[in-house]
Amino acid sequence: MGTTASQLGKDLLSEYQELTFLTKQEILLAHKRFTELLTKDEKDRPNIRISMGRILALPELKSNPFRKRICHVFSTSEHKDGSLTFEDFLDLLSAFSDSATLEIKSHYAFRIFDFDDDGTLDCGDLEKLVNCLTGETDDTRLTTEEMRQLIGNILEESDIDKDGTVNLSEFQHVISRSPDFVSSFKIVL
Amino acid sequence: MRMQKRRDFLKLCNFIYAQSTESWGEFFLGGRRITRMSRSSLITSENDIDIGLELTGDEDDVSTLQEGQERKRHRGRRKAGEREKKKRPRRNREASAAGEAKEEESQAQPQKGKRGRRRRERTEAEEAEGNQRGEEKHAKIKSGKAEKTRKNVRNEKTQKKDQEEEEEEEEEEEAGSRNSKRKKRRASAKEEEKEEVESKHKVKEQTQEVKEKKKKKKKKHKKVETSSEQDTSEEEDKDEADNEEIGVRPESLTPEELEKLKEAVDERKKLIQGLRGKPWPMKKKLVTLRESQEFVEKYEGALGKGKGRKLYAYKVMMNKKWMKFQRDFENFKTACIPWEMKIKEIESHFGSSVASYFLFLRWMYGINMILFGLTFGLVMVPEALMGRPYGSIPRKTVPRAEEASAMDFAVLWDFGGYAQYSVLFYGYYNNQRAIGWLKFRMPLSYFLVGVGTVAYSYMVVIRTMARNANDSGVGDDNSFNFSWKMFTSWDYLIGNPETADNKFASITTSFKEAILEEQESRKDDNIHLTRFLRVLANFLVLCCLAGSGYLIYFVVRRSQKFALDGLDTHSWWERNEVNMVMSLLGMFCPMLFDVISTLENYHPRVALQWQLGRIFALFLGNLYTFIIALMDEINLKREEEKIVKFNITMWEASLYNGTVSENSTALPITIQPADVPRGPCWETMVGQEFVRLIISDTMTTYITLLIGDFLRAVLVRFLNYCWCWDLEAGFPSYSEFDVSGNVLGLIFNQGMIWMGAFYAPCLPALNVLRLHVSMYLQCWAVMCCNVPQERVFKASGSNNFYMAMLLVILFLSTLPAIYTIVTIPPSFDCGPFSGKKRMFDVIQETLESDFPAWFSKVFSYASNPGLVLPFMLLMVLAIYYLQSTSKSYKEANVELKKKLQTQNEENKKKNKRAALKAQMDLEEAKKATSHGDGPEHQKNNNASLKDQEVDWEDNQGNGPRLYRGRNERNPSALRIKECHLPATNAPVPRSHHHGSHGAPGYLPGLPLQSEPRMYRVPSMQRH
Repeated sequence: MGTTASQLGKDLLSEYQELTFLTKQEILLAHKRFTELLTKDEKDRPNIRISMGRILALPELKSNPFRKRICHVFSTSEHKDGSLTFEDFLDLLSAFSDSATLEIKSHYAFRIFDFDDDGTLDCGDLEKLVNCLTGETDDTRLTTEEMRQLIGNILEESDIDKDGTVNLSEFQHVISRSPDFVSSFKIVL
Repeated sequence: MRMQKRRDFLKLCNFIYAQSTESWGEFFLGGRRITRMSRSSLITSENDIDIGLELTGDEDDVSTLQEGQERKRHRGRRKAGEREKKKRPRRNREASAAGEAKEEESQAQPQKGKRGRRRRERTEAEEAEGNQRGEEKHAKIKSGKAEKTRKNVRNEKTQKKDQEEEEEEEEEEEAGSRNSKRKKRRASAKEEEKEEVESKHKVKEQTQEVKEKKKKKKKKHKKVETSSEQDTSEEEDKDEADNEEIGVRPESLTPEELEKLKEAVDERKKLIQGLRGKPWPMKKKLVTLRESQEFVEKYEGALGKGKGRKLYAYKVMMNKKWMKFQRDFENFKTACIPWEMKIKEIESHFGSSVASYFLFLRWMYGINMILFGLTFGLVMVPEALMGRPYGSIPRKTVPRAEEASAMDFAVLWDFGGYAQYSVLFYGYYNNQRAIGWLKFRMPLSYFLVGVGTVAYSYMVVIRTMARNANDSGVGDDNSFNFSWKMFTSWDYLIGNPETADNKFASITTSFKEAILEEQESRKDDNIHLTRFLRVLANFLVLCCLAGSGYLIYFVVRRSQKFALDGLDTHSWWERNEVNMVMSLLGMFCPMLFDVISTLENYHPRVALQWQLGRIFALFLGNLYTFIIALMDEINLKREEEKIVKFNITMWEASLYNGTVSENSTALPITIQPADVPRGPCWETMVGQEFVRLIISDTMTTYITLLIGDFLRAVLVRFLNYCWCWDLEAGFPSYSEFDVSGNVLGLIFNQGMIWMGAFYAPCLPALNVLRLHVSMYLQCWAVMCCNVPQERVFKASGSNNFYMAMLLVILFLSTLPAIYTIVTIPPSFDCGPFSGKKRMFDVIQETLESDFPAWFSKVFSYASNPGLVLPFMLLMVLAIYYLQSTSKSYKEANVELKKKLQTQNEENKKKNKRAALKAQMDLEEAKKATSHGDGPEHQKNNNASLKDQEVDWEDNQGNGPRLYRGRNERNPSALRIKECHLPATNAPVPRSHHHGSHGAPGYLPGLPLQSEPRMYRVPSMQRH
């Protein structure tokens, strides 16, 4: 699309720049990539939502074990189907951009890991998280005994108030000391 | 028609309430049923009115739903507590803004819009009210309906209310006044806008609407505030009124108001700046941004008058531009980092540990670039451009005896011949004080660059170490071992399914390894055997080290003998024996150590550290033997020099005599500089040795890379088709990338650079070249012929370990260099310091001749031991002080952690007790009412208690003031909870009962009855 810039509008573009950690070029690129996902007749409609399936087909997200969670977290859809508007998409890219702060990154990381959306990481969440990290195949999956011990160790380390769950502040405390979280929590188009 | 509308409106409110109820109380079945019911009724009623309304209704539905979700999400978030409070008013705004947007939309279709608007406005107002109700619920949570039933707890309750008020007030103070004022203003702006387009009737309606809203707001104030706080609320109201006026007439401002406005504008600006760091959806951010910008733009101008205004605007504009420039510059800087993509690629294939080697390599490259810049720009180039040209003086000319072979490749490769008599080495430089038209102080520059190189390296290494230490947090590195593995191990950049599979596998192994490690740390087996084996292993390693040390010493001594005999009589091997032996030792000893270390049966990580330590010792031993041997050689050369010096005086004398005895008319004899006899110049010799060492080291590295990795990979790959066993999986297989070995090699290489750079200014340049080539070569080798490591170690943990080694090496390598500079007098006929007693005399000379007299006087006073010693003492004391404070901080940290835990435990106990009691009360209440909803209430109860805990956490996060304030009150709050919980619960079954049973006949025209339910249910949830 040669008319991406005009399509987006100068004011809107500068607003997006103000509101995200992205540069102008990055926003334009994001817009380009986003419109590429649209079909012909959808292109004319404003505020179009792209279904999760099509978003997940992006090569940047294709092999990410958390791709569905990412879509769900950033989606503002009322049907909870993980579909994204362009603004949601920008939110996503902004949080995963190079210059996003640790705070916002850890916030979204927490929400991505919080599989049941209840505001804390409990044992169920952690188990799902481990399963995501070890992949779908059986040979890489941990045994129940290992899983139990692993989760026990994690809670022992990071559950500072010992309530059996990891909450956001505890999570951020742990994350903030990690040397390579900021560098690995990135998605670049 | 009018009636119909009214009913619809009521339905709508009901619907919205029900919606919010649904999100508030999920397990409250009655509420849900009602919701469903009302939704269906709503839809049917809307269907027969018009479509526009349905649209609005739907969208409202969306926003309420979103709100509900948002709240749900935020409910458990402890830190978010305060933030949420701030957010709520904004949500109001958002809702109204959304309504506004809709209004604008509907302007396009005036026919329907007219009708729809009124309703929408109402909806909007209702929504706002709904939000406010939510807040009210919030306020009433603890006191709830207890007021009506229990009068004996009044006092406590008021206390409680105070508490609530505090919260509310915070909110009000922060946002409330501004918020409402903004609303007013926006409304007025809207009015103006509308006046042009629409009839006045509507405007009136609008203002009415706004006023209505306002009234509600105030009503809320009053509800919340008790009589004791009445005056403050009035004040606030006044404030609002004031602000309103400001909004209307920005010209007539008192300084106070101006100040206030300025503050508000500044706050808005801050909000705008911080907006991108807020985890909100874009829509909300956009709305907030637009509002804030509008506000700022509107009132920014009012702040300055006349010229001031222009200046202010200019300043603001420049500020914007500057920000943009900074942003672009940051982008540019990141784009300038070399090999970023290469390293990323490797990272995505091999994980962070292999990438860490390349990062280290790049870092090293950067440092060497700067060292190279220093030596090249301040020493080599000035000498080459402004110094005397080649052949003008003896030290710059190849001696007659060597002239024939000076251009031979073998000689040049050995850095003899023309290479030796060039800017590359110390001996070439002249001792002329100032050269060229710039009067460049060459000797001084040479000396200062030498010192600066070392000083810069120290600074960089120590700074990096400190930063790494900061990054890794205070104290223990392993405190979050598992959590980090869990939360930060996935690399979101990975976009290649194969790599993702690898990553899955490596994460699994790392989990398993961590678990195993945990288990292993608890068990122990035959300790005597392992102890014996470990001693044996260490003994063997020591033998190896001693053997290699002796070998090097022996070889160096022998090579000196060869050198005395003359190089031509010996074979290539004999000439290059020293370097070759050192390289070979460096190559094979680590393998030997690896074999030996299997005896020890350490955990892999510990084993790795031992291995690194041993290799380190080996390299260091080799280097120092080399240096000692070199020292011997220096002494030999100096003996030789003495003889040469004596000979030269004789030769000069004879020359002089000869000229006198011959014809006096002859011109001053022009002796070719090549013919002049000269000293051995030990400095150049040292430089040459180091350069040769670096070259041979580089060659060995590259050749091992090609043979060990590439050839092996090729053989394994292609011979696998015709071999009797599986080469790829079996014995030779592909090689792994040896991170630690490579890092050590790099570190020692750097050590040699630091050691030799003073005597051979070309060394940094050579090193830059070497690093550049090895960057590409190793990247290629890694990608094409290595396999990922089986045991992957976290790179970041060992980062500072490498840095520490680098620092040790730096220290150890500067030690001999400084020793030679300080103690050994420079050669008499070569180098920039020739003719001086010591090299550092150049400083004194400069001080005396280039600076005014008083300066050197001051300097000599300052260098007086009487001043220097106290100064050093002071520094030591400062170090001691800092260290002790850091220790005490650490202790305080641990202490605080402990305190937090005990407090948490206490709190939990208290909560448990409270829960028990509440449960008992509940049982009683259940008996009394004998309705079958017991478990649900229990659940509610528990939830509320949990939330109490959450609240406490909130305050923990909010800083000391709140922490103390709330914590003191907490017990009493809990007590109240215990007291009135049953009271809040008791009526619930009734209304719920009513709700569930009366659902079919429930009519939307009876909001009064539904309202109490609405309050209560969320309150259970919320607190």
